[in-house]
Amino acid sequence: MSKFHVSTTVNGDAVEYLCDPRETLLDCLRDKLNLTGAKEGCGTGDCGACSVSVDGRLVCSCLMLGVEAEGKQIDTVEGIAEGDVLHPLQKNFIEHAALQCGVCTPGILVAAKSLLEKNPSPTEEEARYWLAGNLCRCTGYDKIIRAVMETAEELREAS
Amino acid sequence: MDYHSPASFAEASALAANATGITRFLAGGTDVLVQLRSELVTPDTLIDIKKIDGVSDITRNVDGSWTLGVAATGAEMSEHPELSGDWPGVVEAMDLIGSTQVQGRATLTGNLCNGSPAADSVPAMVAAGVTVTITGPDGNRTIAAEGIPASPGKTTLTKGEVVTAVNIPARGENGGDAYLRFIPRTEMDIAVVGVGVSLRLDGDTITEARVSLGAVAPTVLLVDDCAKAIIGSTLDDVALDALAAAASAACNPIDDKRGTIEFRTEVAGVLAKRAAKIAYARAKGEQA
Repeated sequence: MSKFHVSTTVNGDAVEYLCDPRETLLDCLRDKLNLTGAKEGCGTGDCGACSVSVDGRLVCSCLMLGVEAEGKQIDTVEGIAEGDVLHPLQKNFIEHAALQCGVCTPGILVAAKSLLEKNPSPTEEEARYWLAGNLCRCTGYDKIIRAVMETAEELREAS
Repeated sequence: MDYHSPASFAEASALAANATGITRFLAGGTDVLVQLRSELVTPDTLIDIKKIDGVSDITRNVDGSWTLGVAATGAEMSEHPELSGDWPGVVEAMDLIGSTQVQGRATLTGNLCNGSPAADSVPAMVAAGVTVTITGPDGNRTIAAEGIPASPGKTTLTKGEVVTAVNIPARGENGGDAYLRFIPRTEMDIAVVGVGVSLRLDGDTITEARVSLGAVAPTVLLVDDCAKAIIGSTLDDVALDALAAAASAACNPIDDKRGTIEFRTEVAGVLAKRAAKIAYARAKGEQA
């Protein structure tokens, strides 16, 4: 089976990898680029733990093939903080204790960041619907939603 | 598995026509990849159509009709104010599918060609009178959306045929459409029953109607008796009851964990009434 050579951009850095056409973008991020922030929860697009942004669009990286990433701009949880400075979402997730085991957290951070880029003033209902595809099995959703709503308010005040 | 990303539909069709074993076209991949990963369907040949020019375009033609590329996503449809204004039922039906993440990839064409009787966008497309253009070894043809599903998971497309565009008619004056589905929760579930309605008014009287039911038969249904029940009426209670009776009579559902035959049959009638009321209000220019 011949492998495909893929050139793409991840968190602003040009990267290349060789992949089998059956491998998902999630497999490629984790196993070839060692970006293990995105997690495989369900592998069927239901849980959102593998959420990444592709050309500015939130997707499940388990539902996209590695070969499809050719020429795309991929953003993962690893690119959210600026060096050692956490993004306001990350700070608020800590402040609000919006995580326990942490498996869902990278996906929720990526999804919440995407929400706030599209809609800086979401209602709580809009935030809940936007994040409906991100499942958390420990904390429950209230703390997560509070952290997201607080961040939205902070970012509005800062801008 | 061979992966191809052709630059034209003619090339895509030729690849499929000459392939052996199982062939799948890849648009958004939200069904194809799930089937691949769960080893339900392992294609020998996978043809990614997203490198073909124009496949993500959403275009309003001069006559008011719409042409959607086969890779235009649900998110792109929802973010298109003119499309949402003309065909809110079609856009809302598509938007009901899956999560924000799934909306970033999922397409009308994929939903249609996956062949699920419970596909949310399909009753809305059938009610709207959507057609799809197909390229195959014998040239191009255009057929109604309801002509694509053959049975659960199967389509009428023949070897080498690929859908190249989705055509939505011009909305025109005094028209409205709506899609409603029943699920036991509020988000992220598969339709137990889905109903699409599109109609046109002359004054208060319905002059044209198309009603489509999902998840109550092996394929999505276009139900002429439902349309007949409301054409010529002002959607009064008598017409609504006749509509519900026609919808329930058309049902041929299965019992499964999501709903019984009896439940689906009754809910089809209830949802048909509700969807017709929304479509009627929209045709009157009211918010609904």
